[in-house]
Amino acid sequence: MSETLHINWTRCDGRGLCTELLPAVLGRDDWGYPVIRHPGNGDGTNAAIGPDDARAARDAVKLCPKLALSLQAWAEIQ
Amino acid sequence: MTHMTSQMPVPAQHLVPSGNNRLFAAGSRATLACHEQAYGPLPLHGIDGNFVGVLEQSGLTGRGGAAFASWRKFSATGQGRRGALLQGRPVVIANGAEGEPLSFKDKTLLIHAPHLVLDGLLVAARSVSASSLYVYTTAVAMPAVEAAIAERLDARRIQVIEAPETFVSGQASAVVNAIGGGNALPLDNRRRLSESGLKGRPTLVLNVETLAHVALIARYGAHWFRSAGSDRDPGTRLVSVSGRGADQILEVAGDEGLGSVLAHAGIDLPGVQAVLVGGYHGRWVKPLDYRLTPSGQAGQSVRPGAGVLHVLSTGQCGLEATAWIVEYLAGQSAKQCGPCMFGLPAMSKVLAAIAGGDRDPQLVGELERLGNLVARRGACHHPDGTLQLIHSALEIFAEDVRAHLTGNCTRMSGRPS
Repeated sequence: MSETLHINWTRCDGRGLCTELLPAVLGRDDWGYPVIRHPGNGDGTNAAIGPDDARAARDAVKLCPKLALSLQAWAEIQ
Repeated sequence: MTHMTSQMPVPAQHLVPSGNNRLFAAGSRATLACHEQAYGPLPLHGIDGNFVGVLEQSGLTGRGGAAFASWRKFSATGQGRRGALLQGRPVVIANGAEGEPLSFKDKTLLIHAPHLVLDGLLVAARSVSASSLYVYTTAVAMPAVEAAIAERLDARRIQVIEAPETFVSGQASAVVNAIGGGNALPLDNRRRLSESGLKGRPTLVLNVETLAHVALIARYGAHWFRSAGSDRDPGTRLVSVSGRGADQILEVAGDEGLGSVLAHAGIDLPGVQAVLVGGYHGRWVKPLDYRLTPSGQAGQSVRPGAGVLHVLSTGQCGLEATAWIVEYLAGQSAKQCGPCMFGLPAMSKVLAAIAGGDRDPQLVGELERLGNLVARRGACHHPDGTLQLIHSALEIFAEDVRAHLTGNCTRMSGRPS
């Protein structure tokens, strides 16, 4: 099942851990905050996570020092 | 404004406001007596969950900026309640924060027609079976609202909460945050307020003008509401007109022509260079043959947002005006979300450089690059609204951008007054 990684911008501090765990999904902007590399429908807040990245995405959610990430089933945000 | 002075009892059908003077038909600073004389009694006992169907027929859209179909919001709040067992009864909030500096229609409405807003709040609460009711507004309108509540028995359970005078204080999740005891700052939007808002309860946040229309629809019905405006944009809306010394509130029909609204406001049209429509998160437009409606086609119509119309005179520099607004907006970032906290000041700096006469040809490209970093990366609409304003300025004032980059701008400062 396809999932999305939701970035809670009010919590994110740009520590960059997620961008190291998910280099194909997330880059960093001028100030260090994660940038979704291939945003679907221009959505800069919810990144599509394919099966290959599912495990790394779970790690990112668990390890984010600001607890700024969450995973949702794709249907939830439609 | 018209004021009904007849003391004779009149049949209910004669109380129905006609034309576009709907919201202020009870006159200025209307007391409960004036209000009931102008509009008749509120048929609150007849309101239940079926009112959402009447709202759908009316076609009312939110007057706070987003123009979302009001019946959908009501309906979602009702469903949110059914969705979970332990959620508690819904909350309805009348949002009169009006953080937009060029908007003053909500304050004016609360000061002059507070009972209409209270009526709408009671109707909304009854239709979604809400148990908690709030009016959220700034200090200037609080005395009028509190006096109106004290005048009537059915409004005693309404609580009035003061909104701070900040740009983002009226954003729906910021409203919920503030009433819940936190700061008036937006929250992450993963869960909808209609499902989980104030204290986890389904929460309906409606602009005060929207509620005033709800009060009239509850009295006179959907068909009456649609007798003003057009099929795609029924009813009336309040607009705050400013610039060229013409600050005023007008109630205009939906889908009205922009030029005709300005002419009605007494503005000399040949002296108008462009109009900022929708406020600081809105867009600059010219010429004036646009329809003012949230539901038309781009290029022929412009979204009114919260109804702000700010006029830029032919002699003023639109880039300087925009640079000043963007500097203000950057300062109003809640500083919760990095891309907004850092991106808006960065964009403001580049725009100020263009407006100030820096001739570096890379500046426009840099503004676009920063815009792409800011877009859709925040908990609220603040960064995207700011981007919309900047994009419209670059488009509408394209000639001025060229003049600035070649050192040829001859206009005066366009700072909004």
